[in-house]
Amino acid sequence: MSAAALRHARHVVSENPVTGFALGLFVLFVLAALLGPSLAPHDPLASNTMLALQPPSAQHWFGTDQIGRDIFSRVLVATRLDLGIAAASVALVFAAGGFAGLAAGFFGGWVDQIVGRTADTIMAFPLFVLAMAIVAALGNTVPNIVLATAIINFPLYVRVARAETTQRREAGFVDAARIAGHRDMGVLLLQVAPNILPIMVVQMSLTMGYAILNAAGLSFIGLGVRAPTPEWGIMVAEGASFIVSGEWWVALFPGATLMVAVFCFNLLGDGVRDIVDPRRRT
Amino acid sequence: MRGVLWRLAGSLPALAAVVVVTFILTRVLPGDTATYFAGPTASAESIAQIRTALGLDRPLPEQFWSYVVALFHGDLGMSLTTGQPVLVDILARLPASAELTLCGLVLAMAVAIPLGIIAAVRQGSLADHACRVIVTAGVSLPVFFTGLLLVYVFYFLLGWSPAPLGRLDAFASAPPTVTGFYLIDAALIGDWETWRSAFAQLVLPAVTLGLFALAPIARITRASMLAVLGAEFIRTARAAGLASRTIILTYALRNALLPVVTTLGMVFSFLLGANVLVEKVFAWPGIGSYAVEALIASDGAPVQGFVLTMAILYVALNLTIDLINRALDPRARQA
Amino acid sequence: MTTVLDVTDFSVEFRTRSGTVKALDRVAFRIGRGETMALVGESGSGKSVTAYALLGLLDAAGRITGGRASLEGVELTTASPAALAAIRGRRAAMIFQNPRAALNPIRPIGQQIADVVRRHAGLSRRDATSRAVEMLREVGIPDPVRRAGAYPFELSGGMCQRVMIAIAVATRPALLIADEPTTGLDVTTQAVVMDIMAKLAGETGMATLLITHDLALAAERSGRIAVMHAGHIVEEAATRALLAAPRHPYTRRLLAATPTAAGDLAELRSIPGNLPDLRRADLPPCRFAARCPQHLEACEAPMVWRDIAPAHRIACWNPA
Repeated sequence: MSAAALRHARHVVSENPVTGFALGLFVLFVLAALLGPSLAPHDPLASNTMLALQPPSAQHWFGTDQIGRDIFSRVLVATRLDLGIAAASVALVFAAGGFAGLAAGFFGGWVDQIVGRTADTIMAFPLFVLAMAIVAALGNTVPNIVLATAIINFPLYVRVARAETTQRREAGFVDAARIAGHRDMGVLLLQVAPNILPIMVVQMSLTMGYAILNAAGLSFIGLGVRAPTPEWGIMVAEGASFIVSGEWWVALFPGATLMVAVFCFNLLGDGVRDIVDPRRRT
Repeated sequence: MRGVLWRLAGSLPALAAVVVVTFILTRVLPGDTATYFAGPTASAESIAQIRTALGLDRPLPEQFWSYVVALFHGDLGMSLTTGQPVLVDILARLPASAELTLCGLVLAMAVAIPLGIIAAVRQGSLADHACRVIVTAGVSLPVFFTGLLLVYVFYFLLGWSPAPLGRLDAFASAPPTVTGFYLIDAALIGDWETWRSAFAQLVLPAVTLGLFALAPIARITRASMLAVLGAEFIRTARAAGLASRTIILTYALRNALLPVVTTLGMVFSFLLGANVLVEKVFAWPGIGSYAVEALIASDGAPVQGFVLTMAILYVALNLTIDLINRALDPRARQA
Repeated sequence: MTTVLDVTDFSVEFRTRSGTVKALDRVAFRIGRGETMALVGESGSGKSVTAYALLGLLDAAGRITGGRASLEGVELTTASPAALAAIRGRRAAMIFQNPRAALNPIRPIGQQIADVVRRHAGLSRRDATSRAVEMLREVGIPDPVRRAGAYPFELSGGMCQRVMIAIAVATRPALLIADEPTTGLDVTTQAVVMDIMAKLAGETGMATLLITHDLALAAERSGRIAVMHAGHIVEEAATRALLAAPRHPYTRRLLAATPTAAGDLAELRSIPGNLPDLRRADLPPCRFAARCPQHLEACEAPMVWRDIAPAHRIACWNPA
């Protein structure tokens, strides 16, 4: 990042304290993801039926669940899995969707047709339903959740990368590189890809929140992560049955953490967009 | 009219894509489809039987053909859990999902569109700030979590809502089916007690869905209203001295609604997904909870039927949105 | 000649993040019944702002800071927004450049004319519709009954500008402000549009304020020209007198920068320098001073209007 960009970033953060706040939260979440298991005060899997469904206390900050596990420790440890799933899926679709959109915009013709039709096909489904179908068909595992979340975001990435590439191609400097004797693939990867990188980074930060929500939603209905693994969606699902009898903490803490995480990433996404691409501010 | 027919024909590729993808997902991908369709408790013998019955020993194109033929006959297979044909199950449960989703959408539009308009007309006002907060916070809400929060507050704490257990309370019986929408069917026979019960059950899940759909609609309404208010033809209308009511409602709003209508396609994509989660939270007997139950039981045919139904519904909704857009925008009719 | 619009010492400022823009400073002019006056200047000189401010169409950042403006004896600067809205479209109408974008894209054109007639003349829906058709005929749109149901995107730019004129004159206003009405139209269409405006003005006694950066157009179509520079009117005279003997250095430059059919393109000169930054606190009394080849020390004295010939006035200490 150049000095000017850094200055601009600092300006955006000072202009918009909300972005600074989101940045602070983001650091907390990353720390929790990295250090969670070693910071957790209790074993997230250790049950103790004597202590089942205890409300929050000094001993158990978020209370305990139906088999006496410490909810705070579980929420903390789950951070790595939830953020990891989202980050992996976003990285995957960044690579796949970015490359497909790049190729579609660069080569046009049948490459464009195939990529476009694939994206259209995905868009023909309600996205969450498609994600359910993919996980159901491929099997109930974490990698399949990552894959499904990446697939439903694919059209979005393709569209952005394709539009940017077409714009760059029409600007003429691709032709210039070709005339200078570069091979097609070389031009594509060395000349065009770096140019569309900033806008793709914006896209990544904007979809991160949605990816977290999607993965948690899938595990809420019993797809992907399985009990007793600590994961926010599944913890909310487990806590759901206790809501009607008033044991709110079982669902509230993992749910609220999930919500704050998504909120943080959405704010951060807006902030990153303002820094990289001020035009698109709404 | 010809344009409308063309548009109808235009949704055929999407339908074809949906059929192909569901076929691929259930028959082609790795994993033993026969085991999947037979359920977890099946013996080796019955799995083999199912394999022959499903024609899984035949070549793929042949399988695809019989799959398509079966679809045209409305044959989506049998549900192992309910013992009924999947089509029968889905048709019986579809109205519950449709009633919930539509109520959620109407609720969201009723709040989001006026909010977006006021936010755009009075920029920087309280409504504008409220709109911005709602837009950012709204897209961050995990819909299953907001549903649970509402249940806790309005059922457990305040006792205003009935228990989140389906479409009617235990003592009411379903009205005779005309549309399958309890609110309409109960009103048709004038059974207001059932109507009230159905309404009370519907409020919380519909509000949950509505809160979820609020953000994208408010966001696009505000943005498009702002763009239109800055347009040159609004300046013309003001220069012609038209009343501000006419300018905002007849000139600005009608133009601003065009992008809103187009965005509803995306809103539906989210809403149909969120519907599954909300149905699970409120034990709502729609096709979403049907699919979730089937998923847990590893019952393949209902899941496949559900995905197909949702996708076909979504294609139909997009088609409807397009037709509405044509009715509203003369330029779209031309193209 | 009865005065329709009388503007004196009219000043307008815009508050922006980077300071207050003194967009108009003591602008003054009069237009009589049936007369066409052209307001000429570079873009950014304040021509359109003058029109918008007169009709109460400034956006929230702009406000009138001084002066008077009366339309048929009604004071505009102190009128309430509601009173102004009632005057707009009824007594003073306005047409714009880029006519297709200036019309509502999804409302039939006949309906758009009818909206204005209904608002100001209180006609019934049916009467307003027939009045709209009548107006379309008056501005020379063929087959007006059928065309009344057309949408802007179905019409050419010239046709759209005729519709704009129909909207503007449907209520027989006393004043028509035409803001760059021919920009973006091809040359023959330009002539037709200007002819229609002239014909209507002749028939109804409507006064016309023609705002344009095109001196050739002003020369051909106006009786009088006021030249504007950086929020000041610097010279005003009968069109023929101004073209024959321009006195303000800016007017002379402007004329030299305008190609004429007979003129030699080699003589075409651009005007050096830019408009001054109107956010400056220390704007010189003459805002052309920095670009002026005839700048004197006397030019630092407050500017006053001088009649240097009958009905020919300038704001300059050292005219040519």
